[in-house]
Amino acid sequence: MEVILEARRVAKSFGVGASRTEVLHDVSLEVRTGEFVAIVGFSGSGKSTLVSLLAGLLVPDTGEVLFRGRRAQEPGPERGLVFQNYSLLPWLTVEENVRVAVDQVFADRPVKERRERVRSYLDMVGLSAAVEKKPSELSGGMRQRVSLARTLSMSPSVLLLDEPLGALDALTRAVLQDEIARIRERERATVVLITNDVDEGLLLADRVLPLTPGPRATLGQEFPVDLPRPRERTTINHDPRFKELRGDILGYLDGLRARARREGSASLAPPPALTPVELR
Amino acid sequence: MSTKILKALDAVGLEAFSPFVLLVRGEEARQQWRRIGLNFGAPLLALLVFVAAWSAASRNVMTKYGALPSPSMVAQEAAHLWAAHRQRRADEAAFRAEKAAQAAELEAAANLLRARGKAAQADALSARAHVARTARFSAGPSYVDQIGTSLKTVFAGFLVASLVAIPLGVLCGISPGIQAALNPLIQIFKPVSPLAWLPIVMICVGALYTTPPAEAWFEKSFLSSALTVALCSLWPTLANTALGVASVDRDHLNVARVLRLGTWTRVRKIVIPSALPMIFAGLRISLGVGWMVLIAAEMLAQNPGLGKFVWDMFQNGSSQTLAQIMVAVFTIGSIGFALDRLMIVLSRSVSYGATAR
Repeated sequence: MEVILEARRVAKSFGVGASRTEVLHDVSLEVRTGEFVAIVGFSGSGKSTLVSLLAGLLVPDTGEVLFRGRRAQEPGPERGLVFQNYSLLPWLTVEENVRVAVDQVFADRPVKERRERVRSYLDMVGLSAAVEKKPSELSGGMRQRVSLARTLSMSPSVLLLDEPLGALDALTRAVLQDEIARIRERERATVVLITNDVDEGLLLADRVLPLTPGPRATLGQEFPVDLPRPRERTTINHDPRFKELRGDILGYLDGLRARARREGSASLAPPPALTPVELR
Repeated sequence: MSTKILKALDAVGLEAFSPFVLLVRGEEARQQWRRIGLNFGAPLLALLVFVAAWSAASRNVMTKYGALPSPSMVAQEAAHLWAAHRQRRADEAAFRAEKAAQAAELEAAANLLRARGKAAQADALSARAHVARTARFSAGPSYVDQIGTSLKTVFAGFLVASLVAIPLGVLCGISPGIQAALNPLIQIFKPVSPLAWLPIVMICVGALYTTPPAEAWFEKSFLSSALTVALCSLWPTLANTALGVASVDRDHLNVARVLRLGTWTRVRKIVIPSALPMIFAGLRISLGVGWMVLIAAEMLAQNPGLGKFVWDMFQNGSSQTLAQIMVAVFTIGSIGFALDRLMIVLSRSVSYGATAR
């Protein structure tokens, strides 16, 4: 399979002068067509920065992001991004939120076809009954469904999911995980999932890539997930291979964190020279 | 049904009345009575105290126009102004009827002459009929007409202000360069009093608006007042629009980037709707400022509205002067209040989510 999305030795820093921190350092990643890649990492390790770079919302300081072998400078609908906080337009209804995307990406198609497209993707995520609602009237899970429908309706070549289920309760999360697996099967989509949940990565992905703790985070050892599909949430928990993989990944992440702590404490800047105020 | 009424009350900004609906519905009577007491009892009490204090003061303050008018004298004066308005309407109707009859008579005579072939004489009569039909009723405007003029003037000024301030505010919000360039000018002009603008506006209107009065769409006094209102009331809308546009959610702009929306589409579909609650908050302040400025502007520009009414009453110095001016004060206050409620209702209609309230 051809490599559709690629990051080559990408680095990104934020801030200026002394407060400048290198969030990502020397990150390389290849995503092949039809592949489902999960990137797991601790919070604050630069996961969102990485997905923003892949989407083109940020430009790397060094290195480059390639889409179908061409340098990708700008974001575009071919790399459909599902935002962590849904990013729905609160003044539009559910249907209008999806229609904004469809009208823009399929501007040359007849109105009827666009309407049907909006409806079919809202059907796919099970929101046909809520089309006239405003985002503020929806639960978190439903909002993320709208966001998913909006992104899928653009028919992206790569689906970038930035901790899409991070803000949801465990039950809703499970339901949407199954939904993502189902939709992915159906659409044969290429997916990059950013998550802090190793189980989620194992349930959905073909490969799990841990991101080392920041600053200067980079992708660590790769874990191919050779579990057969479809993966059933209820049975997979007892699968010995699943347990083994989860143990390996968690162990690896723990090791990384312990090392970062040791190095981090050594590299901490000395405390500022303060003279205690005399107490009266 | 009652839920619908509650929603409607909320939408038009009359949620103060909702406890009555809830009471009829039989919900927590104690709490509803408490809210009614708070919404109506307390204001009523304050009003009574105010009227009592005013009555007491009116007995003790002597001015060159006589005693400070009491509440009942002011109410009487309001009734007089209303009666005068009705009288004027009746007079005008009678005048029109008379002139129409006259015109019909002349027209009939002209037709007769025309039938006998005396065209020149007939035309002269027709011309006289035309004069009669279009004769102007020359009595001055009534109090209600003056209120109408004031409202027309303030809305004209407010419209001009909005048409200038909103696009300019959007530009300022989008481009830090434009914002930086215009900011000093905005900061300097913003605190200028309408009384300072007015002479400049009047002189400029006088110089530039040279259409002869017969063909003019607007009176010069109307233009001067409206433009002064515009100059003073555009700043809140400008500042709020710029702020609203500049603080559009980054994620929403990222959505626009992923969709590759063009600049204009982005402004139209993302930026303006997102800034709309802020823009309306600015418009609401602007209309309030405009209404305050209007009275001063009308006084000096002699635009036949409430401001001129106050000025004329002051000049004419009769024993009713103070009472009439107080009627004007209450009118101005009530209309200002009503305009503010109107803007609240409008801004609620564009607010989204729970936070925009």
